[in-house]
Amino acid sequence: MSQWIRACAVDSIDVEDVAPLVVGERHLAVYHSEEGEYYATDGHCTHERALLCEGLAMDGVIECPRHNGQFDYRSGRALGAPVLVDLRTYPVSVRDGYVYVDIDG
Amino acid sequence: MSHRARLGQYRLTSPAGRFAVDVGLAGAEWYRSDVPRKRLKELMGRSDMPALRDCVLWLGLAGGAAAGGVALWGRWWAAPCFFAYGVLYGSASDSRWHETGHGTAFKTRWMDRVVYQLASFCMMRDPTVWRWQHTRHHSDTLIVGRDAEITAMRPARLARIVLNLLGLVDVPVALRLMAVHASGRLTAEEQTFVPPEQRRSVYRTSRVWLVIYAATVAAAAASGSWVPLVLVGGPRLYGASLFVLYGLTQHAGLGENVLDHRLNTRTVKMNAVNRFLYLNMNYHTEHHMFPMVPYHRLPALHEQVKDDLPAPYPSMWAAYKEIVPAILRQLRDPTYFVKRELPSTATPYRGPLDGLLPAAEPVERMSVQPG
Ligand code: FES
Repeated sequence: MSQWIRACAVDSIDVEDVAPLVVGERHLAVYHSEEGEYYATDGHCTHERALLCEGLAMDGVIECPRHNGQFDYRSGRALGAPVLVDLRTYPVSVRDGYVYVDIDG
Repeated sequence: MSHRARLGQYRLTSPAGRFAVDVGLAGAEWYRSDVPRKRLKELMGRSDMPALRDCVLWLGLAGGAAAGGVALWGRWWAAPCFFAYGVLYGSASDSRWHETGHGTAFKTRWMDRVVYQLASFCMMRDPTVWRWQHTRHHSDTLIVGRDAEITAMRPARLARIVLNLLGLVDVPVALRLMAVHASGRLTAEEQTFVPPEQRRSVYRTSRVWLVIYAATVAAAAASGSWVPLVLVGGPRLYGASLFVLYGLTQHAGLGENVLDHRLNTRTVKMNAVNRFLYLNMNYHTEHHMFPMVPYHRLPALHEQVKDDLPAPYPSMWAAYKEIVPAILRQLRDPTYFVKRELPSTATPYRGPLDGLLPAAEPVERMSVQPG
């Protein structure tokens, strides 16, 4: 089952930045990479649940604002202590100037 | 609560730690000053150049001082060389360990990892254990029973602090822990924060380090000279005093169990030499609020948030005029703490300023258990 949500306009996230996407109780994070691609992951760090949208997106990596844990936001892979559990990622598509995220994908 | 019982509460296996979890003091949301996202992104921006410059200076000066000391061995002029080498090895390594542990010194990540390993070795801190311990310090700063990096407890273990000006407690403890880790174990406290899948690297590192120290002792014995020990390991003793003095300014004497770094952390103005040795960690309140901001951007972050923070201490001297009397008073009255005043421009703090400890319980004994 897919559930595509319109997350934001393409120009609302700077290149190499991250923005929050809140759907009901769920928090996701949407990224705009240096190459111009968009990605989405769970919004909370898998370590102590800090909000990743307050972190630093750089070179395909999101750095958590609380303890600097790093994830590859394209694959969700945790890159080492203190983050040991990967992030869940979500399919993203861009249509008509908007970023869509499949929150059940 | 007796002083002994109160000191026992600082153990990570104590009732105070469980209490902090139960009442929501552990892993809580901390106050952060408001900084617009665009400005924060600028402040968080990474660059290799400042850290490369400071690293070249740090290692170049240390190498030069060591070479000078060895060349002048047996003459009085060796003393200032080894003093400089000791400070760069035994004190400046602390802030390098800290900054690279956060992964914020360099833009290039492998550079952080390399310097982190080197600085960890110099400070005799297992890179894995101390990474997790420092992570906990950031989650639970000065939360009794949760934070293993509280230097000045209430009451302070004064003899320990004074002896550590020459590493006389830290170094024997570090060597004992190296032996414990090399035998494939962690202490009970370490087990509370080092995840099982990370423990093998602790055991491996300590074995490598023990080989290095054994080789250093063997070289000293074979050559009939102290030089190898003065160069490797020794500076963690004779060069440690500055990092202890810097470190005490961070939190000593301030309120415990508060969820606002403005109340339990100090920012102290320091001169350029101290800021080089300490890598700007004198902007400590700002660092705790925004650990993503690299050390070379902390002065700019300070300017950004200073109206929301207590006034910085104008010098180390000014900070110590508060710290020493506070620690001495806490020896008699552990309930005493220094209240930081927020300026009228700051967002007020409305929570409790200190306290929240469980009732006294017997002090637990430290134990070593298989990892
Ligand atoms: S909460 Fe993200 S690294 Fe700790």
